[in-house]
Amino acid sequence: MPDATQTLSYIQAVQHGLRWSLEALDDTVIFGEDVAVPGGPFGATKNLHRDFGDSRIFDTPISETAFLGMALGAAMTGLRPIAEIMYADFMFVAMDQLVNQIANTHYVSRGTYGAPLVIRTQQGYSSGSCAQHSHSIEAYIAHTPGLRLAVPSTADDAYQMLRAAIVSDDPVVVAEARMLYPTKGDVRLDAPVEPIGGGRITREGADVTIVAWSRMAAAALEAAEELAADGIDVEVVDPRWLAPLDFDLIAASVRKTGRLVIAHEANLTGGFGAEIAARAAEECFSDLRAPIARVGAPDVPTPAAPALQAVVIPSAADVVSAVRRVVR
Amino acid sequence: MSAVGDIVHMYREMRRIRAFEDRLMDLKAGGEVPGSMHLTNGQEAIAVGVASVLRPDDYVTATYRGHGWAISRGSDLTGLFAEVMARSGGVNGGRAGSPYFSDASINFLGENSIVGAGVPIAAGAALSAQRHGQGQVSVVAIGDGATNQGAVHEALNLAAALTLPMVLVVENNIYSEMVRIKDMTKIDQLAIRAEGYGIPGVTIDGNDPAVVAAAAADAVERARRGEGPTLIEAMTQRLVGHHSGDAQHYRPRGEVAEAALDEPLHRIRSAADATLLAELDAIDAEVTAEIEHAVAAARATELPDPNTAKDHVYA
Ligand SMILES: Cc1ncc(C[n+]2csc(CCOP(=O)(O)OP(=O)(O)O)c2C)c(N)n1
Repeated sequence: MPDATQTLSYIQAVQHGLRWSLEALDDTVIFGEDVAVPGGPFGATKNLHRDFGDSRIFDTPISETAFLGMALGAAMTGLRPIAEIMYADFMFVAMDQLVNQIANTHYVSRGTYGAPLVIRTQQGYSSGSCAQHSHSIEAYIAHTPGLRLAVPSTADDAYQMLRAAIVSDDPVVVAEARMLYPTKGDVRLDAPVEPIGGGRITREGADVTIVAWSRMAAAALEAAEELAADGIDVEVVDPRWLAPLDFDLIAASVRKTGRLVIAHEANLTGGFGAEIAARAAEECFSDLRAPIARVGAPDVPTPAAPALQAVVIPSAADVVSAVRRVVR
Repeated sequence: MSAVGDIVHMYREMRRIRAFEDRLMDLKAGGEVPGSMHLTNGQEAIAVGVASVLRPDDYVTATYRGHGWAISRGSDLTGLFAEVMARSGGVNGGRAGSPYFSDASINFLGENSIVGAGVPIAAGAALSAQRHGQGQVSVVAIGDGATNQGAVHEALNLAAALTLPMVLVVENNIYSEMVRIKDMTKIDQLAIRAEGYGIPGVTIDGNDPAVVAAAAADAVERARRGEGPTLIEAMTQRLVGHHSGDAQHYRPRGEVAEAALDEPLHRIRSAADATLLAELDAIDAEVTAEIEHAVAAARATELPDPNTAKDHVYA
């Protein structure tokens, strides 16, 4: 028995979560491109094929539509598939299966069929990644009724939220953050499996609330440290799940601080930050002491050149200046 | 399971489908069916022939032209009428309507209103079947036009690569909505595409349920033996429009009348002797009574409760 809590990288935590699912649940099967013998393009499935064999984990053709549909058909008939979409950007190739098929199944059959499946993917930019390997797809997924969406930002969350996704009877997209894969943290390997949903206050503060997820959750904490030096006391909320969204947690924080900054890596127009801003305006209007501010990428495709990326990808510094705007 | 090639049994099943849809057209004219329907008139032999060789635990997935597939598998007529009539007694309580219903009680994974999208899903059911090791087979029906969808190509290749127990039935009714399939691809027989996936492909007479049953039996047995998918192209014609409101201006004069001489029910009747004809007439009368009973039962169910509109989005 390994130590209950281990320091692991985010990607190792994912690996542990997948291993847990194969051990704990007989009906889980893992498939996708390069996941079996190669151990996954990012190492998420390392050694799982060696330990569990072809019947539990296997490679598919490069056919996102076919294998997401296969995940649905398998889920409808008694398996609990975990399909890996290598880059979140490739989900768009299979959007029909995601939006028209998987998301609708439970509702349209009046609950007589379900789609208990997980789609694991990773999102966001990385150095030199081009416009087809940098999307943050959260708004597309969260917009679709019937889907659940996890955006873990720490190693422990990567493990706990993946397990929650696997035991959920709803279809769940787990959008990991590629840039966070090497980051380390303590992972509670034998924590009880949590239900899906639920955000977390990752830093308490009195002056302003920052809601940030995925890579920006870490950037927000960094920004908070910098602002603390100037006497600005920041509260950071990591919603962890965008569907179901723990809006009560956000609302409570906004009521306390009276100020709200939302930070995400996706571009701003129609981004999930707009949803949170709209709800805060509806539900917390009288608590707000300043206009809501959003941090996100400008509405441009992600360039490959690091020099250009530096201009468009939001950073901790952008969060700092947004906070300064609202506390002025 | 019914006997393969039992023509009287298959006649009854085809008549039930035909009568179900004819009755739906009346109900539509009377304002009792919202939305349009895609009828399978003339194509009944395909679903019935295939169903005759399936086990109850096999999976079936169809297109929006799927009434016949559900009925041939034993879906309850009252539930189907009520579904198309948008009533609470429908198999899906009116959430799916004519083009998108499913019936979990008979392993009918559902119709699909996205052309070609059912094939990947059927591959998933085949994956379950393979893993559960009980010899189940996953059958999926698509139209000729659907063979040009990427999803179909991807899923067939995947099913072949993984040796999944799947049978793809292409209901080639010559038209993809309003254009002829021969104007949309350069090949005369869609079944030859099977070769590209390394699986068997056959083109058969889809208006003879016994022929369909024989081809389906071969494919299903092959799948049960663990030898992978088969593509069956069943040639047929629809006697009606693409959907219930289609005036069919794109069809040459006389085409439908000629097809009516070759449709499966007419074929059986015109070859029957007096004794058989009497038997078939009796079947028709029984089916009419069954249909009326089901319509009355469907009508007796309430409209869906508006308070349930938000139920079942999540499990
Ligand atoms: C992806 C997609 N594209 C277009 C349509 C519109 N559409 C509905 S039925 C149809 C024709 C399909 O023809 P075929 O596959 O031959 O089936 P048939 O209707 O003849 O049974 C089309 C184009 C659709 N439903 N889905």
